[in-house]
Formats: sequence, C-alpha cells, structure tokens
Amino acid sequence: MSFLRTNHHSYAVRSWSAVAGLLLLAACGIGAGADADTNSTARQQSSASTPDRTLTVFAAASLQKPFTQIGKDFESAHPGVTVRFSFGGSSGLVTQLSDGAPADVLATANEATMDQATAADLVSGQPTPFVSNTLQIVVPQDNPVGISSLTDLTKPAAKVVVCAPAVPCGAATLAVERAAGIDLKPASEEQSVTDVLGKVRSGQADAGLVYLTDVAGAAGDVKGIDFPEAKAAVNTYPIARLRDARDAALATQFMAAVTGPQGQDVLKAAGFAAP
Amino acid sequence: MTQLSVPKWLLLPAALGALLVAVPILAMALSVDWSNFSSLVTSEASTDALWLSLRTASVSTLLCLLFGIPLAAVLARTAGTAATLLRSLVLLPLVLPPVVGGIALIQAFGRRGLLGSTLDVLGLQVAFSTTAVVIAQTFVAMPFLVISLEGALRAAGTRYEDIAATLGAGPTTVFRRVTLPLALPGLVSGTILAFARCLGEFGATITFAGSLQGTTRTLPLEIYLQREGDPRAAVALSLVLVAVAVIVIGLTRTRRYSLTAGTP
Amino acid sequence: MSPTLVLDLTVAARDVAIALTVAQGETLALLGPNGAGKSTVLAAAAGLLRPDSGTVRLGDHTLSDHQTRTWVPPHARRIALLAQDARLFPHLSALDNVAFGPRSQGQPKRTAHEAAARWLEEVGMTAYARRRPHELSGGQAQKVAIARALATEPAALLVDEPLSALDVEVAPDVRDLLRRVTSDLTTVIVTHDALDAALLSDRVAVMHAGRVVEHGETGRVLSRPTSDFGARFAGLNLVRGVTSGGALRMPDGRLLHGIAESDLGQDGGPVAAVVAPSAVSIHLEATHGSPRNSLAASVVDLEPHGPTVRVRTDLLSADITPAAVAELRLARGNRVVLSVKATEVHLHRA
Repeated sequence: MSFLRTNHHSYAVRSWSAVAGLLLLAACGIGAGADADTNSTARQQSSASTPDRTLTVFAAASLQKPFTQIGKDFESAHPGVTVRFSFGGSSGLVTQLSDGAPADVLATANEATMDQATAADLVSGQPTPFVSNTLQIVVPQDNPVGISSLTDLTKPAAKVVVCAPAVPCGAATLAVERAAGIDLKPASEEQSVTDVLGKVRSGQADAGLVYLTDVAGAAGDVKGIDFPEAKAAVNTYPIARLRDARDAALATQFMAAVTGPQGQDVLKAAGFAAP
Repeated sequence: MTQLSVPKWLLLPAALGALLVAVPILAMALSVDWSNFSSLVTSEASTDALWLSLRTASVSTLLCLLFGIPLAAVLARTAGTAATLLRSLVLLPLVLPPVVGGIALIQAFGRRGLLGSTLDVLGLQVAFSTTAVVIAQTFVAMPFLVISLEGALRAAGTRYEDIAATLGAGPTTVFRRVTLPLALPGLVSGTILAFARCLGEFGATITFAGSLQGTTRTLPLEIYLQREGDPRAAVALSLVLVAVAVIVIGLTRTRRYSLTAGTP
Repeated sequence: MSPTLVLDLTVAARDVAIALTVAQGETLALLGPNGAGKSTVLAAAAGLLRPDSGTVRLGDHTLSDHQTRTWVPPHARRIALLAQDARLFPHLSALDNVAFGPRSQGQPKRTAHEAAARWLEEVGMTAYARRRPHELSGGQAQKVAIARALATEPAALLVDEPLSALDVEVAPDVRDLLRRVTSDLTTVIVTHDALDAALLSDRVAVMHAGRVVEHGETGRVLSRPTSDFGARFAGLNLVRGVTSGGALRMPDGRLLHGIAESDLGQDGGPVAAVVAPSAVSIHLEATHGSPRNSLAASVVDLEPHGPTVRVRTDLLSADITPAAVAELRLARGNRVVLSVKATEVHLHRA
C-alpha cells in the first residue's frame, strides 16, 4: 500500500506524460478494490472517536524506537489523533517528499539533508535541532581482536566495516578519521549504520563505527567503545514542519512533544544526547 | 500480421501490463542527465562496479550450470516425496527475499557460521571477499536455471533417451549427446535468466558480502549507494544495467527462435 | 546368424504374462489390438522396463533374470528398437543419427560416419544424409531410423508398429525394406495389422489382454486361426505360388492378379499373395469384368464372424453378410466362384 502510494505520487508529479497519467488512472482503477479496503479500515479505526485527525511523520531510521514511543505517548495525550510514521534513510525521505509524498513532520539524522529539504522548499519555518548523536566503536561482545581505541581499527588483522562516504554516517566516519590522522582500510563500506551493526553483530566483522544510539539498541550482542575523536563529528538531528502539512497545528504540537522534557527523556534513554 | 487468436478484451490488460513496465523505464531514460552521462557512468567507482558485476555474474553462472544441470536432471527424472522435497528446497531462494538468503548464507559461510571455521582451515576467507558475492549470486540464481532446465527435460521426456540406449549409448553418452542437446533451449534461457539474476543480485550480496569498491560492490550496490550521494549517477547507472538486461533478454529471444526452428 | 531370443516374463502392472521364443534369424509378428500388451513385451525385451518375474535371454546371454537378479541395461543388450514414429534425434543430421550407434559403441568418428553412409545407401537415403529430421517425410525418416538401428549391428531387432504412422502410399516401400533387412535377423515385430504380419513374419503370436492366445506359422495362423480371438482379429488369405508376368501362378496353374508390393523378380520365382477376406466376394457363376480375379472353389465351412459370415473355401476365405449367405443358399461342398479385385491382392516375393 505504502509502496503503491509512493509511486502514485512520484508519477503524478511528473508532468511529462499523458501516458503515465493513463497508467496511473488504470492502476487506480484496477487497484481500487484493494486500496478502498485498506482506506476504509483506516477510516473506521479513526472514526471510532472524534475528531478524526492523523499526523504523518517522516523520520530518520535511527529514530524508530524513541519516536514510536513518543508517538504512542502523543496519541494517549491527544485522543482521536493517530500518528503514522515512515522511517527510512534521511536522503531517501527527502527524495520521497520532493516527489510529493504527503507528510506533516520531517526529522532527519543530520543537518545537510534537512538543508536539502529546505532548499527544495518543503519545510515551513526554521528547523529545530532536537538531539545529537556521536559515533562509537562497536565490537562483538567478545571483542575478538581486542579493540580499545580508534587507532586499533587499523590493525591488519581487524576486519572493520564502516558506512560508505556517500551516506551521512560515512561522512562522519571520514571526519573522525581526519581528526585522528588515520586511514582506515575497511573490509566493507556499508549503505547504512544498520548494515554496519548487522555485520558486527553477526561476527562477520571485528569492529565498526556506528552511532551511540545504535549500540544502545543492540546492547547485549555488542559492546560500544567511546573514543575522543568522536567529537569531530557530532551529528545534530533537526525536526521541521512541512509546508504541505495537512494539520499544521497538530504538527507543531508533535514537535513540541519531541523537544519537550518528556520526549527528550525518551530520546536520552535511547542513547541520544542533547543537541 | 497474422490473425489475432486471443479474445480482444485481453488487449487492454495486456497493454496496461506492458505500460507498467515500459513507463518507469522510459521515465528513467528521460530523466537521465545526458550531458554528463558519460562522465557519470565512467567514473572509477562505476566502471569498477560494472566490471565486478560482469565478472562475478559470469563465474556465478558457471557455478549455476555446474550444480544446476545435475540437479535439474535428477529432479526431472525422479518422482516421489524425496524428489518433491528436494525440488522445494532447491527452488526456495526463488521465493525467499534475497536479504533472508543473505542472512542464511552468513549463518552457513560467515566467519562464525556453521562452515566458517572449516573454510578458514582450508584457507578460504569468504567474509567480505568477491567469493562471497559469487556465493550469494549462485544461491539466488541457481533456481532459475534449475526450474527452466527441469521443465525442458520433462517436456523432452525419455522417448529419445530410450532409443539412444537401445542404440548402445550408455547413460553418460545419452545425457551428453541426447538429453542435453534436446533440452538446449531450456538450458540457454535458464542460463541467461540465471546470469540476469546474478547481475541484478542485491539483497543477499549486501547482507552477506558487504560493499567495497572493486571487491564486493557490484553495480546494483553502487546504484543504491549513489542514490544517497549522487542521484544523477544512480539514474545513469540504472540505465546501464537496463541496457545490459535488454541485451541479455535479446540474446534469449534470438537463441530461442533459432533453436525451435529446428524442431518439427 | 542372429541368436535365439527367449522371452518368458510377466509385468504385473500391465497384466502381461507371455512366453515366446524367436528362433535364430526368425521374424515373429506380435499381433493384437491396441492395449493387448505388445509394446510392453518389446519394452521388457529392450530393457526399458523391468519385468516382475521371468527371464529374457538372447543366445547364450541372460539379459534379465528375476531369480538371479541379473539385469543387463538396454545399452549393453545389443537389441535395437524401431519405434512407431521414427524418433530420429532432431538435433542431428540423418547421417549423424545413423552414426550415433557406432559412435556410442566407441568407434572413431570417421569409421562411424563411413558405416552410417553405407547404411544410408542400403536404405536408399544417401541423398538425404545431410538433412535434419524435420526436413524428411515420414517414410524417409522411418528408413533412416531403420538404417540407424541396423548400423549398431544388433543381435536382435524389435519393431513397434513400424508402418502405422506412415501414409498408405509409402508404407509398402518401407515394408519391403523391413522385410529385406529382417530376413536374417532375429526380429519381433509388433503390429495390429494382419497384413504386416502376413508380409513380414515367419511366425505369428496373437496377443489379447496380456496373453498369447495363438501362436504358429504365419500362413497357418492367418488363414486358419484356431482361437476365437485369432479368428476375429487375424484371418487373412495367404496364397503361395510363382511369378508369372507380374501375377501369381498357383500350383494348379491358375493366375492371381494383384499389386506388387515390391519387385517380384524373374518369372518362376516364389511369390505370395495376401488377400483380406472382406475383399473377397462370392458368386454362383463366373462374373465378367477385367479388374477382378474370378476363381472357382468349393465351400469348406461357414462360421459367424462378427456381423458377417466367414465362408471358408479350399482356396480363399470370404467375409459376406448373412443375407448374402441366405440368398446364395451356401452350404458345405457348394461349388462357387470367388471374385476379388486385383487392387486388393498384395503380391510380394516369398
């Protein structure tokens, strides 16, 4: 359903083709049965209590756990409100939004992607930084090659995985490498922190660089090791209301919930630091 | 054109189905930044990825043939519960999400996997190596070869094999000179499908093999990565992959016609 | 000389139980309707099917013996099989098809091709050596298949309905070729056509529901079947004599005109004629008309034969309607005139 929806919009926005329009029409016609079903159940759920209000939040994947919690708290504090999340890579979310995906709030994992959203005129008002995140060395629980510092990652025996430079966590990795004056020879440059964490968790890799929050989320399977050079790349997470928000007031209330003390507690518990 | 032999109303859904595939591809081709196309696709990262993809897909396809032909033959010529179970098992990667395949491969061949230490002893370092890419591709692509060849072998039946045996040909000769040549169209299309699947492999590779330029980062991985860094390059590289796929499909079509022309 | 083939076997799944011996160089016709189990017998002899019990022996070699668990696989039996359809390998030329057997037996390519060329010549298909099977007509393909089977120099030959898939015009040609090549070869020919049996075999075994119901010399079984089923199914007139100007001269000097299935050879050579009883009509007096053979005979016996009555005479049997029997007031010992069109008389060299 969400897959279809995304595609609808990416097609609809492109004005080049009557053909695409035709296809869209047809797709709607054919898919109408399934779509209508899903929609009507959603409507029934929310119409149980009035007023019927839905808030859609696009948020960086690393925010999944705390935001889900904040969303639940928000729903209980605001009866009749449903908060829907779409978690994903920050750049991917911005691409979806510029292709016309409907959402009220955007929270990204770094300021660069938020700047892109601002530049694309998607954002209403000034983005607010609400948490920060730093890199941490992650090793399997038994730390097989005895890593204790960033320079240990250059040990020839160590299979190290990091994020690819093209993605935000990879940019942060490059920054700490420069700060420490080392040149890592990773066994793999992964697409996302999740992939890095997965490789370390499964023991495929001996060490990796991920965010503190990721280590917190995988506690028990892996160990996190702080290193001073991490300060060179502190990632600030901004949150913003979107220009096309259907419920601007509700969006603002949600942002307040995130930046407020209760929301910040949830985020801290997940390993995030104050902005 | 010959007289249309299908109900006319089929044309509408057929056309919509064709459009569903054609429109996105066309849209992508239209959105390519043609002025920078050559520089986008000839960057070192891109050519490394394309070359790696072609190399690994070729090796994996050979492995698919090496294991898949015997598997298809066994499946096509046996019946019973054991054969049914074996077939379900062999075809499993076809229905599994590739990422699940990748996770399974880690459990088997990963450094801490079932066979990881054995492979270590043999001096085989699978983790993060091109070997891992080949294993992942073979894992996901082999069912395409097996299913296609098994179908061809079943369709060919044993009539010619029986005659060959009464002419004094032993089982190996029959297999080599009768069974395989008769199933050749299925073998060729299966091989090309397997190659195409290898070329497009993403999920199992990124899960199991990792992503490092020139070693494990195949074209699909490069495209996915470029989406984050340089979306224009991602689109341009996607088009390259489409071109390779079209060439592969074209090969299947022409081969199929030339082969079936020979049968009455 | 081609060895003796002994088949004594049962196949439970198809309810087949038979015991047959094909003597050295002899051709046995296995005659019966579809589903009688004829092809099952061939498959068991070729080794394509394992009998549930019994033995298959070829000369001194035991090919299959249930008790001693002997089993010789098909490729080691030296028994060639000719199928109903030519079943030429579609991916090989006619020459390569014929060379397949010799090559499989380990002959070098060149020797195998030489042998194949010889056999193609033998069946008159040299001009088609380079053709692919789909470029051959049914009759041509069947001839190549015959060459292919013989190129393996088999100890015995099994033939399954060789002519049933062929057009009536080409069937005599292929039949003649088969007759020629099987003359010294121990052969089993499966057929549901009594004419094939008459023209190709030395002996006939009639099969019904998995059992041999009648077995004997071809002329005897076809003209004087002893079993009900044999009578219903077989029943062909076989007349022997010598050639005389394209016709058959019977020992009593009378001529039987017919169609030559093949070159009849020099006058005076032995020939045989086959006539279906349904093609013979009975009159009380001689009729006049050039295409007909008119032959005097005396009635030996009358018996019901399906919806017709089979009238046996001292020369030919005729199937006529009960109404005709009544009209002619036929009885044993009556003198009658038999009439049969020349086109219904199949002449071949004996």
